[in-house]
Amino acid sequence: MAASSHVSHDHGHDDAHGSLKSYVVGFGLSILLTLASFGTVMSGVVPHHLMMPGIVLFAVAQLLVQLVFFLHMGTSPGKRGNLTIMLFTMLILAIVVVGSLWVLHNMNANMMHPTFPQVPTE
Amino acid sequence: MFGKLTLSAIPFDQPIIMGTLLMVMLGGAALLGFVTYQRKWAYLWSEWFTTVDHKKIGVMYIIMALVMLLRGFADAIMMRTQQAMASADAAGYLPPHHFDQVFTAHGDIMIFFMAMPFITGLMNLVVPLQIGARDVAYPFLNSLSFWLTAGGVVLIMASLFIGDFAATGWLAYPPLSELKYSPTVGVDYYIWSLQLSGLGTTLSGINFIVTILKMRAPGMTLMKMPVFTWTALVTNILIVAAFPVLTVALALLGADRYLGMHFFTNDAGGNAMMYVNLIWIWGHPEVYILILPCFGAYSEIIATFSGKPLFGYKSMVYATAAIGVLSFLVWLHHFFTMGSGASVNAFFGIMTMIISVPTGVKLFNWLFTMYRGRVRFTVPVLWTIGFMVTFVIGGVTGVLMAVPGADFVLHNSLFLIAHFHNTIIGGVVFGCLAAMNYWFPKAFGFKLAERWGKASFWCWLVGFYVAFMPLYILGLKGMTRRMNHYANPDWQPYLIVALIGAVIILFGIFFTVLQLYVSVRDRVTLRDPSGDPWGGRTLEWSTSSPAPFYNFAVLPQVRQLDQFWTDKQDGVAYMRPNRYEDIHMPRNTGVGVFMGLFGVVLGFALVWHIWWMAALGLAGMVGSFLVRVYDRDIDYWVPAAEVERIERARLAPLQKVGLVTVAVPADDEQKAA
Repeated sequence: MAASSHVSHDHGHDDAHGSLKSYVVGFGLSILLTLASFGTVMSGVVPHHLMMPGIVLFAVAQLLVQLVFFLHMGTSPGKRGNLTIMLFTMLILAIVVVGSLWVLHNMNANMMHPTFPQVPTE
Repeated sequence: MFGKLTLSAIPFDQPIIMGTLLMVMLGGAALLGFVTYQRKWAYLWSEWFTTVDHKKIGVMYIIMALVMLLRGFADAIMMRTQQAMASADAAGYLPPHHFDQVFTAHGDIMIFFMAMPFITGLMNLVVPLQIGARDVAYPFLNSLSFWLTAGGVVLIMASLFIGDFAATGWLAYPPLSELKYSPTVGVDYYIWSLQLSGLGTTLSGINFIVTILKMRAPGMTLMKMPVFTWTALVTNILIVAAFPVLTVALALLGADRYLGMHFFTNDAGGNAMMYVNLIWIWGHPEVYILILPCFGAYSEIIATFSGKPLFGYKSMVYATAAIGVLSFLVWLHHFFTMGSGASVNAFFGIMTMIISVPTGVKLFNWLFTMYRGRVRFTVPVLWTIGFMVTFVIGGVTGVLMAVPGADFVLHNSLFLIAHFHNTIIGGVVFGCLAAMNYWFPKAFGFKLAERWGKASFWCWLVGFYVAFMPLYILGLKGMTRRMNHYANPDWQPYLIVALIGAVIILFGIFFTVLQLYVSVRDRVTLRDPSGDPWGGRTLEWSTSSPAPFYNFAVLPQVRQLDQFWTDKQDGVAYMRPNRYEDIHMPRNTGVGVFMGLFGVVLGFALVWHIWWMAALGLAGMVGSFLVRVYDRDIDYWVPAAEVERIERARLAPLQKVGLVTVAVPADDEQKAA
C-alpha cells in the first residue's frame, strides 16, 4: 500500500513490537497465572470464601500481562500511541456499558409495572 | 423466485411518485445519452470511477452530496407545502402514509447521504494536502468506502420507486419499526441502505485516523497540525467509536424483523427502550462528527481571510478534543421524557450544558481572530459570519432544552425541529458551502464566481430565518413535529411563512447550482495560476491548483504551525529543488466499484427476501475482494523526469514574477556547514 512508501521517516519505532524474549516471558507468566487460577479452586488450600476474589485477581493480572507483552502497551514513546488508544477505548466502553445499565435500570424502576403483582399477604 | 417483489411494488397509483419517476428517467436518459454522445465513458471509468486519488474521491463524494441535497430538499419543500395547506378542514395533497415516508426519507437523506458524504468529501480533498502526504494511508479502502456509500444512496433512491420507504421517523424507533407494525419493506430499505453506507463510513474513519497519525510531513508534530486536520482526526475517532453502535443497533433490529427475535419487541422480553438508548449513543456523537470538521473549516477560513494566525490555536485543539469526549456523555438528552429518574436526567442535563462551553471557547477564538485583522468579505467569510450568528441562536435554544423540566414541555415539538435545523443548517450546511467555496480552486484550478456565491448565501441566510423562526413560535404554541394535518387554524399563517422561507432557500440552492455553472463557463478568467488564491497559511496552498496527482513533488519540511505562511514571508515558498526523485503511487482499481455494485444487489435482495440473489451479491462482494487480495500489481513509480516536466510547467509562470527560488544543491550545503 502507499503507506509504506511515505513513512520512511517513521522508522525506528521498533519498540512498538515485541522481541522473542518478551513473548516468552509473557507466555510463561500467562501459563503461571492460569495454573494459579486452577490451583486456587482445585488444590483445596485456599479457603472457600477467598476462591472467587482469588480468581478475579489472577484474571486481572492475566489481562495486564497480555496487554503489556502481547498488545505492547507501555509508556515508552513508541508504545504510547497504543496505550492512549487502549485507554480511550476502555473509557468509551465503560461509558456505553455502565451508562446503558444505569439509564435502563433507572427507567425500568420508574416505568415498568412489577411483573408479579405485589399482593399484600395480610 | 423474486421473494416479496411483484409488479404491484411499483406505486402506479401514486401520481406524485410516478411523475418523479418519469422525470428521473428522462433526466437519467438525457445524462447517459450525453455521456455516450461525448464518448466520455472510458474517461469516466478510468479517470474517476476507478480512481484511488483522494482528491477525485473527495470530489465524487461532494457531487453525490449536492445531488442528495436536491433530493432531501425536495422532500423538505413537500412537507412545508403540505403543512401550509392541511389546516382544519383541508387535507392537503399528501396522504398520511406518503407524508410519513417523506419526513423519514428527508431526515435520513440529509444526515447519511448529504451531510456525511459532504464532510467525508471535504476531509478527502483537504486532509492529505494539509499534512503534506501523497494520498491517504489505504487508497483502495478509500475507493471502497465511497462506492459502499454510493450503494446506500442507490438503495434509498430505489425505495422511492420500488416498494416504499420507512414511515417511522428517521431513526426508526421500535416497536413501530418492528415487523408487526411496519410490515412493508420500508424499514428493510432503511436498515440495509444505512448498513451499507455505515460500513463505508467506518472504513474511511479508520483510513483517516491512520493517515493523520502516520503520514504527516516530516516535522509536523500533532501540535503543528492545521486545525481542520485536528477536527478531522477527532471526527474520525468519533466515527470509529460510534458507528459500530449504530451497526449493532440496526443489526439487532434486523434480527427482530428477519429472524423472529425479540430484542426490541413489546412481547417475549424485548425492550424498545434499549434501541432508543443505543441509537442515541451513536446519534449524539454523530452530530459532532458532522459539525467538528465544519468548525475546522471555519477556523481555516477566518484565519486566512483575516490575514492573521488563528487566535488560541491550542485552546481550539483542546476544545475540539473535549467536545470529542463529552459528546459520548450527553445522549440521554434525546429522551429525557422516556421515564428516567431525576438523578439520571439531571446528570445528562448538566453534561449537555457543559458541552456548550468548549463550543463557546471556539466562537470567541474566531471573534478574536477577526479582531484587528483585515477581514476580506469573500463568500467563505460571509458563510462563516452567517454561521457564527445563526449557530449561537441554535446553541442557546439547545442549552434551553438541556433543562429536563423545559424539555418535558418542548420535546417532540416544532421548537426542537427549529433548534436542530438551526444548528445543522447554520453549522453544517453553511460550513460545507463555505468550505466548498474555499477549497474549490484547489480541486479544479479556478475559483467559484463571487457574485452568485453571495446571492446564494443571502438567500440561504434569510430563507433559513424565515423558514425556522416561525417553527420556534409554533413549538411554544404546542404544535408537535411530523403532523400531516392539524385542527388549529391559528397555526396556518406561521406555516405559510415557513413555506415562503423554504422557497427562499430554494433560490439559495438554485444560485449555488448557477454559481457552479457560471464558474465552469468562466473558468479561464477565474483561473488560479499560483495555487494560492486566498493568501493561505497551510500546506495545501503551497502546491499547484489543481494539485498534481502526486500532491507534492518534494515532501514539505515543517518546523512550525502555518509553515507555508512563514515560507512566503521568508521568500522560500516556491523552491525549485536541484533534483527530483521517483514517486511511488497507488494504481487505480475497479474493485471498489464492483464491491459497491454487489453490495447493492445484496441489499436489494435482502429487502425483498430474494435469497438466491442475496447469496449472489454476497459471493460477488467476497469474490471481488479476493481478486483484489491476490492482485500484486497495485502500485507504480512516477519517473523523476515526468515529475520534473510537470513541476517546470507549473513553476514557469511563477518564475516570471520572481517568486521561485532555487534550492542550494545538497553538497554545497554540506561544504558550507
